[in-house]
Amino acid sequence: MLDMDFVHLATFLRRIESKALELGDRMQKGYKRIWSSGGLGLYLLWLFMHLIVSIWYFAVDLVNSLESYLISSGFMKQYKDLDISKVKYLAVVLDSEEALDTMKVLELLRWLTAMGLRNVCLYDPEGVLKRSKDALSLWLRSEVVPNGANKDGLVKQKYLNLEVISFTDGKHAVARAANFLLKKHYLNADAEIPELTESDMADALAEIGYAAPEPDLMLIYGPVRCHLGFPAWRLRYTEIVHMGPLKSMKFGALIKAIRRYTMVRQNYGMYNCFNRQSAR
Amino acid sequence: MESKSKSNSNSIVVRLFGSWVSYMRRCLFRVISVGPVPSHLAFILDGNRRYARKWGLGEGMGHRAGFLSLMTLMKYCYELGVKYITIYAFSIDNFKRKPDEVQGVMDLMLEKIEGLLKEERIVNQYGVRVEFVGNLKLLSDPVRNAAEKAMRVTAHNSRAILLIAVAYTSTDEIAHAAHQSCLDKNEGVIRLADVERHMYMGVAPDPDILVRTSGETRLSNFLLWQTSSSLLSSPKALWPEMGLRHLVWLVLNFQRVQPYLETKKKKLL
Repeated sequence: MLDMDFVHLATFLRRIESKALELGDRMQKGYKRIWSSGGLGLYLLWLFMHLIVSIWYFAVDLVNSLESYLISSGFMKQYKDLDISKVKYLAVVLDSEEALDTMKVLELLRWLTAMGLRNVCLYDPEGVLKRSKDALSLWLRSEVVPNGANKDGLVKQKYLNLEVISFTDGKHAVARAANFLLKKHYLNADAEIPELTESDMADALAEIGYAAPEPDLMLIYGPVRCHLGFPAWRLRYTEIVHMGPLKSMKFGALIKAIRRYTMVRQNYGMYNCFNRQSAR
Repeated sequence: MESKSKSNSNSIVVRLFGSWVSYMRRCLFRVISVGPVPSHLAFILDGNRRYARKWGLGEGMGHRAGFLSLMTLMKYCYELGVKYITIYAFSIDNFKRKPDEVQGVMDLMLEKIEGLLKEERIVNQYGVRVEFVGNLKLLSDPVRNAAEKAMRVTAHNSRAILLIAVAYTSTDEIAHAAHQSCLDKNEGVIRLADVERHMYMGVAPDPDILVRTSGETRLSNFLLWQTSSSLLSSPKALWPEMGLRHLVWLVLNFQRVQPYLETKKKKLL
C-alpha cells in the first residue's frame, strides 16, 4: 500500500515538474518577444489591439449563432426556399485534425444530403478522410430515408456521389501529368515538344485518372480561411466560404452560406446578360 | 504679399500635419511589428470599374483611382516591412473584355512603366525590384519591351520586390511549368520540385495572405498553386477604397492564425 502511494506521489511530482518547465518555456518566449519588440509598453499595446480584435470576433460569433438558430428553426422565411440545383458540385475542405472526428463528418454529409445535394467532394490535406471513406459511404447507404412510396411502391433511397481527395491529388498529380506528357512526346524523339496548352494539361490529367469537375462552391471547415492545397486546376472560379471549426458547425450557417451562393449566382447571371463579357 | 505669406503658412501647416500623420502611422506599425509581419502579400485589384460607376467617374478613371490606391498601399507595406508584394494587374481572361477597355489598361500600364523608368533613381534608392510575371508573349510589343526594360533596370535591387502579374492565369502557369520541365528533362522522371522551379512565381516565396477586394470570394485563376497555406481574405471594400485601416486589420488577422499556417506549411512540404 505504501509502495502504491509512493508511485502516485512520484507521478504527481513529475507532472508538476513538466508543467513548471512548460510554464518556464512560455515565460521565456514571452520575455524574448517583449525584448525583441523593444519594451513592455509596446507588447502591452499589441496585446490590447489583439484583445479588441478578439472581442469583435466574439460578438460576431454570438450574432452568427443566434442567426443560425433562427434559420434552422424556420423563423426566417426567406431561407425556406432554396434552389439547390444551382450548386452542381460542392467541395468541402476539412482540417485534417478535425476530420478525425468521423461522426461529425457523417453528420455534415447527412445535412448536405437532406438539403438535396448529390455531388460532394471532401478534401483534407493529410488523407485522413480517405481512410474513413469506406465507413462513411457504408453509413450513408445504410440510411434509407422513408421518402414516401412512389407509384411502384418502392421506397426512394437518397444517395450521395462522394469524392474524397487529399494533398497528393493536387500538386503531385500535376507532376505525374508532366511525366505522362514527357513520355508521350518523348516517344517521337525526332519531333520537337510542342508548346503545352492548358487543354493538353487537362487531357493529361484526365488520362491519368484526375478528370474531376470544378466545384461551384467550396466550404472550409477549419480555424482558418485557407484551401490547404486543394487541386489548383479545379479551383479557378470556385466561390470560397469559411464556415469555422467543424466541431462548432451549425445547420443554419450551412443554409445561409448556400443561399448566399445561389443569390450571387443569380446576380452574376444578370450582370453577364447586360455585359456579354466574361468578368474576372 | 499678404496672400503669399498666408499660403506659405498654410502649406507649412499642411506639411506639419502630414509629418504628424506619418509619425503616428510609423508608431502604429511599430506596435503591430511586435507580432509576425507577413513577408509576402498578394492582391487581386477588384472593384475599379464599380468604384468608377459608384462615383460617376468616366470610363477608365476607376483604374487610375486604383493605381493611386496601389501606390499608397505599397508605401505602407514597405514601411511595415513586407518584402514581396504581388498584384494581379491583368488576367488572360481579361483579354476577352471590350477592346477599348483592354487598350485603356494596356496604355495605362505602358504609361506607368515608362514613368517608373524615368524615376529610375528614386526606384533604385528605395531598392525596389520589379518583376513581370505571366505569359508576356501575349502582350503587345511596346508593353512587353517596356516591361522587360523595367525588369532589367531594377534587377540589382533587393530591399523590396514588386511582382506584377500580367497576362497571367494559374492554369497557364502550370501548363508552362510542365512544358519547361519536359524540355529540361530528356530522360528521367520529372519531380514536383522541377515543376515548382519553372513556375513564373518561383522568384518569390509563397504568399502569406491573398487579398481579393470588393467582397468577391473567388480566386479567379490567381496563385492557386502558391496559396496552399495562405490566408485568403475578402474585404468588402472596393480596391480604390483600400487604405491603412484595411491593411492593419489584415495584418492583425494574419497574426492570429500565423502559428496554424506555419504548421500546415511544414506538413505540406
